[in-house]
Amino acid sequence: MRFVQPEIPKNRGSLPQEAVGIRRVVKRYGNVEALKGVSLSIADNEFFTLLGPSGCGKTTLLRTIAGFEDVTEGEIALFGSDIADLPPERRPVNTVFQQYALFPHMSVLDNVAFGLRMKGVAPAERQARAAEMLEMVHLSDFADRLPSQLSGGQQQRVALARALAPRPRVLLLDEPLSALDLKLRQAMRVELKQLQESTAITFVFVTHDQEEALAMSDRIAVMSAGEVQQVGDPRTIYEAPVNRFVADFIGETNVLPVTVSEISAGRANVVLAGCRGLIAEAPEGLAPGVHHISIRPERLSLAEGGEADLTARVERVVYLGTDLQLLARLPDGTGLTVRLQNSARTSLPCQGEEIGLLIEEGAARLLVD
Amino acid sequence: MATGPGSSGAGWRGLVLPLLLPSWLVIGIFLLVPVALMAVYSFLTKDFRGGVIWQFSLDAYDQFFVERGLFGDEPPRPNWTYITIFWRSIWQAGLATLLCLVIGFPTAWFIATRSPRYRTLWVCLITIPYWVNLLIRTVSMRFLLRDQGPLNEALMAIGLIDSPLRIINTNLAVQIGLFYSYLPFMVLPIYAAVERYNFALSEAARDLYAGPWTVLREIVLPTVRPGIVAGCILVFVPSLGAFLAPDLLGGARTYMIGSLIDEQFRGSAGNWPFGSAVAMILLTMVLIVLLWQARVAMREKR
Amino acid sequence: MMAARTDIRRYTGFGALTALCLTVLYVPLIVVAVYSFNASRSITAWAGFSMRWYVDVFTGPEAPIFRAAAWNSISIAFLASTVATVIAVAAAVAIIRGGRFRGRQSSLAVITLPLMVPEIVIAVATLIFFTTIGVRTGYGTILIAHITFCIPFAYLPISARLQGIEDSYEMAARDLYATRWQAFRLVLLPLMMPGVISGWLLAFIISLDDFLITNFVKGAGMETLPTAIFSSVKQGIKPNIMAISTLMLAVSIVFVTLSFLINRIGQKTRLSKGEGQ
Repeated sequence: MRFVQPEIPKNRGSLPQEAVGIRRVVKRYGNVEALKGVSLSIADNEFFTLLGPSGCGKTTLLRTIAGFEDVTEGEIALFGSDIADLPPERRPVNTVFQQYALFPHMSVLDNVAFGLRMKGVAPAERQARAAEMLEMVHLSDFADRLPSQLSGGQQQRVALARALAPRPRVLLLDEPLSALDLKLRQAMRVELKQLQESTAITFVFVTHDQEEALAMSDRIAVMSAGEVQQVGDPRTIYEAPVNRFVADFIGETNVLPVTVSEISAGRANVVLAGCRGLIAEAPEGLAPGVHHISIRPERLSLAEGGEADLTARVERVVYLGTDLQLLARLPDGTGLTVRLQNSARTSLPCQGEEIGLLIEEGAARLLVD
Repeated sequence: MATGPGSSGAGWRGLVLPLLLPSWLVIGIFLLVPVALMAVYSFLTKDFRGGVIWQFSLDAYDQFFVERGLFGDEPPRPNWTYITIFWRSIWQAGLATLLCLVIGFPTAWFIATRSPRYRTLWVCLITIPYWVNLLIRTVSMRFLLRDQGPLNEALMAIGLIDSPLRIINTNLAVQIGLFYSYLPFMVLPIYAAVERYNFALSEAARDLYAGPWTVLREIVLPTVRPGIVAGCILVFVPSLGAFLAPDLLGGARTYMIGSLIDEQFRGSAGNWPFGSAVAMILLTMVLIVLLWQARVAMREKR
Repeated sequence: MMAARTDIRRYTGFGALTALCLTVLYVPLIVVAVYSFNASRSITAWAGFSMRWYVDVFTGPEAPIFRAAAWNSISIAFLASTVATVIAVAAAVAIIRGGRFRGRQSSLAVITLPLMVPEIVIAVATLIFFTTIGVRTGYGTILIAHITFCIPFAYLPISARLQGIEDSYEMAARDLYATRWQAFRLVLLPLMMPGVISGWLLAFIISLDDFLITNFVKGAGMETLPTAIFSSVKQGIKPNIMAISTLMLAVSIVFVTLSFLINRIGQKTRLSKGEGQ
């Protein structure tokens, strides 16, 4: 008998329900605007990340969802209902704090059971549920310890269990991995992702680490200076950044000044020094003139004989083990970085040599400034 | 801490002895020895001229605990006079501590949660009265509460009362006096504890559905408890042996330990051994409280 | 109203209680200060603004007593605080810079001992001590007693300041051929100065204000300001008492503010970690 595992779609129903709706939210502290009209729609059962440098407003936004800050203007809706008037203890939203904030005078079990206790769950049941949560994060043996007796990674898992115990509809995570060392962080990334998938709770994750964001998220909102720069899934964010900030912030890229000579049918003719002729997708509303394009270093390759799209002069070759990094210059003096995979090749370019490069199809993205 | 006990000491190690000698000498000779001497005095005989005769006797403690009648010839029974005075002092000190706590905790919390720029100003405001002479503060409280004093005059002027409230010479006056004397001692340790408090804990509790007062009860108070305990002890201990507040604000009915001791050393009616005995009993009580607190603090550190 | 909901630092009624607390603390002092300017003899009825009682303090019938008492108080306070500060500096350097040595904990305990023992016990014990060894009570005995209980008050700010100074400065000085004494005098002491001054000011006020212990060990025929005020009050509160009280109040406030400001200046010259939230 063949046993077929049915494939359970991530979102039941025809359209994914909106878990958190943020509409034109403005947050002002005196004269300073921490959030300048942010609008986002986070879907149910989604791993959604707010990504940006420190000071961009991502933590502020998270805190407005949690209820620790109120919005100056705009609305926040949770599964359709406006929650802006609700104090934090009345929102079915729980937070994992950056420094965990475990209650130092309570045991691990009591910490995890706290939310259940506040909701009036009977002692027997809440002990059971708390034990279950501890089991889920593999810390059952530590139930009676005090938080101070646990390592950083263990504390983080307790904070997670505590926030999940009351079964919130949305879980907010404020840079929960930033205090962990590298190996632990990488392990936790996988665990968190699996946790989200198994509990089917909406995760809103805040981080400044773009590798983390790319690795874990279903969708990412890149933020800077209180505004959302771009929202999309990791691949789109990386390969199709809309503006210079996003292109620069995520990964490494070459931002090259170009002239757009002609636009027709959504495609633009791009004039670039050293380049034979380039056609790139034109973002809406772009007019001919001086602009910038972004080309990821790994999307350039050496033209082995034949025609090259781009010519440049090699200034330095850097050996990085897995990759080779070529630091080159275009004819007009603009710097260019190329990353080549270090496989067996017949010749390495040398310093001073002029090389021909191929640009992968669709790799050149016109940026809106 | 920049330097701790483990540091090499930048070369001061050899000089430790001569550096500490003055303080050991001064406090040793002029505090430890006198207290030891006082203990000895409590076991000496009273001299009718007002000093002591160097002869061992348990009269002082006997007088404290045992009642033998006016001429000393009645069968011994427990003497409640002095124990009552002690009990009253404990009671007064306890009430004063409670009063300080009820008003001092919210004040300390309030100050500690002001913005950092103004916080030091608030601390200053609270601390300045402490540095004013205790005598003057007690005198001004007495002036305020007198029958013909400004408080009564004000209350009568706005028609709340018809005749002056008799406050001086009552237990209430003494409690107010003690509360007034030692309030900053309650506020400052609690302030220090709240300042170090991690407010993320309150946020976490609210996030987990606890209301503000539940947060206070369940999370804040247990966490700042060391500060509260320190404050209570800093108020209770001085209140126990206080002299000025009971003397200036109270009267015969509010006789406390401080006045009892003071009386024993006035002129030829004094009884030095007895006074020493009472002082020793007071000291013992205070040491018990301090040791208990030290043990609790050490247990919490573990 | 939204702020109250989401602000986790805010509790209703706490602000009001703080106001009450401050009122209770200041009203008696303000009342005394105000009434010290009362033109009338009677201390109850207000009869207009006048400085007569201040004049009376300095020139009236009791002026000689107050003057002598003031001289005693101030000179004793000055001497006691100076000696106590020197002793406290030495002790602080030993305890905080001496590394881990046997008796460190007990030294600390000894220094803070005067703070733990109830004042009346100290008063009685000191009186007994001087009587037993046959020293006549008076200026000297007061001075000695004051030095003793001023030491911890001088010690606390000094030690707090010293703990914040890294020993790398002295080590750098020694590395550049300074002797221990030179390193102390030219490097450590200047850095410690705000704490030292603060400690001195604190000790000064404590000595100036002391009543109980002074009363016990002063003997007959000598008064300090607090004891003079006390005796006078026992006979009934007279207006000139309020004038003196206000004067002492002003002195205390000036000294405390000075101590505070010096501490603040000291903090600014130190590398502070910065205020985090």
